[in-house]
Amino acid sequence: MYQYDDIDQTLVDERVAQFRGQVARRLSGALSEDEFKPLRLQNGLYLQLHAYMLRIAIPYGVLSSRQLRALSQIACRYDRGWGHFTTRQNLQFNWIKLEESADALADLAKVQMHAIQTSGNTIRNTTTDQFAGAAHDEIEDPRVWCEIIRQWSTFHPEFSFLPRKFKIAVTGSPNDRAAVRVHDIGLRMHRNAAGETGFEVIVGGGLGRTPFIGKTIRDFLPKQHLLSYLEAILRVYNQFGRRDNLYKARIKILVHEIGIEAMREKVEAEWLASRDGALRLPREAIDQIAAHFAPPPFEALPAGIAPAYAEAFRRDFEFGLWARRNTAKHKQPGYSIVTVSLKKEGAPPGDASAEQMAAVADIADRYSFGEIRVTHEQNLVLPHIRQADLPAVHKALKAYDLATPNAGLASDIIACPGLDYCALANARSIPIAQQIALRFRNWERAHDIGELKIKISGCINACGHHHVGHIGILGVDKAGEEFYQLTLGGSADENATLGDILGPALNADQAVDAIDTLVETYLRLRSSSEERFLDTYRRVGLAPFKEAVYAAA
Amino acid sequence: MPLLKNGTVSEDRWTSAADDAALPADGPVLISHARWLTERAALETRNAPLGIRLPNTVDILDFGPEAGRFGLIVLEFPKFSDGRAYSQARLLRERFGYQGELRATGNILRDQLWHMHRSGFDAFELAHPDAAAALAGALGDFSAVYQPAADGRPTALQLRLQKLRKPEAAE
Repeated sequence: MYQYDDIDQTLVDERVAQFRGQVARRLSGALSEDEFKPLRLQNGLYLQLHAYMLRIAIPYGVLSSRQLRALSQIACRYDRGWGHFTTRQNLQFNWIKLEESADALADLAKVQMHAIQTSGNTIRNTTTDQFAGAAHDEIEDPRVWCEIIRQWSTFHPEFSFLPRKFKIAVTGSPNDRAAVRVHDIGLRMHRNAAGETGFEVIVGGGLGRTPFIGKTIRDFLPKQHLLSYLEAILRVYNQFGRRDNLYKARIKILVHEIGIEAMREKVEAEWLASRDGALRLPREAIDQIAAHFAPPPFEALPAGIAPAYAEAFRRDFEFGLWARRNTAKHKQPGYSIVTVSLKKEGAPPGDASAEQMAAVADIADRYSFGEIRVTHEQNLVLPHIRQADLPAVHKALKAYDLATPNAGLASDIIACPGLDYCALANARSIPIAQQIALRFRNWERAHDIGELKIKISGCINACGHHHVGHIGILGVDKAGEEFYQLTLGGSADENATLGDILGPALNADQAVDAIDTLVETYLRLRSSSEERFLDTYRRVGLAPFKEAVYAAA
Repeated sequence: MPLLKNGTVSEDRWTSAADDAALPADGPVLISHARWLTERAALETRNAPLGIRLPNTVDILDFGPEAGRFGLIVLEFPKFSDGRAYSQARLLRERFGYQGELRATGNILRDQLWHMHRSGFDAFELAHPDAAAALAGALGDFSAVYQPAADGRPTALQLRLQKLRKPEAAE
């Protein structure tokens, strides 16, 4: 994991001091709320429906056990004993007092954490594959590049007042778990014909009220040029992105309006003029960052299934269910990647109590080299578990309600905070997610249904990524009543697609029933149990699903 | 509005001329970009320093080659949240080598001075009861930088590499 040096630590400490001064100026009245707002937002402090919300950056979703323990303590000291993991691989506390916000940031700084640029029209936290450094299909560890981007984008003097927020995602695997095609910039590592690794650069993807799949602006970017190329894109966007209309200010609109060819021309011209300047990354600099992400001291274990694991799989049905869904193949023989579900049926997706955070930190120390990841699907990951330890890990997680065997299943729902917390929402998301999850708590049925990504947003801003859900649910307001519009066939992976609207919006009860109907329709139509919901939808199209839902209504 | 230059409140030696006003024969004069475009031939014969005020919609790739003709370039921040002039400033300094005064005007808040200074501004019109102290405070907020910019400060990465190459000299 990346460890701060003196420079990193000094900057984060200075940021806390600066913010403390800003809060003092606000409390004394020297700053108006209008003047204070952009400052607090650049430190992740939002004013929500009931209180201030503090969004803490978890750079590219990587946490040490020490950091997770600190988050657990902050949840107790400054909040109400729990936190909410977000689709940006960040953590939000919902009940922060303005007077204590600088103290919370000071506590974070002690464990090399911060809330810098988790809001505002800045370059936000870069996200990546939650399996980075462990994935069997990885070409190169994307965390190295995320850290390089983190440093370059932090307090960027030119790009702190962009037309709108800016999100970058990186994948080091051909199987995209980081949704790079629906980001302002997506970076996909791949090898060129000469065998060198570099980036496919994708620009102008995004969800929100005008969703777009990103377009490739450059097929292959040599690694040493990454920062100059990013700076060229940002410079074009900062100057030419729309500022007249908040809803048309993201880079996707610029790319859409001028076209990818014109965008490419501008960016490449800018890049040619700057690429051999101070942003060019010397090999030693890359190596220096990469050294932080050296693999942990794995044991040399035989390939194949560890006997203790196979034995537990046979004997313990519950363990078998969990292992089947919540473990993934590791690149190191004898190890597995474990997904810790924060989606216990009936609980708000992505929420974790202080006790749960502390428990995961302890389990990580004991079994996963002290490493934890946060996923954009609002779960946690223990990246390096010896297969022989899986039964013990399962047992330890289960004691804290963290062993729900539903990774990737219908009840592993992404949901935004919705009208329960958010000032922008039109409708509640969490109760819908809870009700749907309760419908799929028969694990035999849920496992038979298989992979099904349901994503819920409480408004058109699409924080719950509904456009790329296999089933997407969008909360809308109809004359003061909450309604839900369903979409089908979205996907955020390497074959990203936006979902198609099923039909007229439904009320909450109808929407939850409709999910059941859609699933039953899928089970009836699928060619085999191997064919996922998404595959069946792509094969048969919208019509049979639409008929099933609206004929019943 | 107080003008901050070189860290202190300074007298503005530039006279701002309205587009329809006759220009004085000598002395530094500040004109609009629009006037420069329409009266360029006449303005080029004038034998006194010329300053120009650029809207933040001007593409510096077009204007930049002429930047050296001006002793002052004023860039605008119509709202503090409108950050186009940061890019204009960096391009003028870093791409086109502009050496004259680069002044920020408009809705400027204390906590943006650091960004402006790094982007190449050396003069600020700042409505603040104690402008000089505000500037000194803002520029002192951070003691290191992560990215190269117009101020030429060595970046964290460059400092680390220096240390790596000459471990004993960096102590």
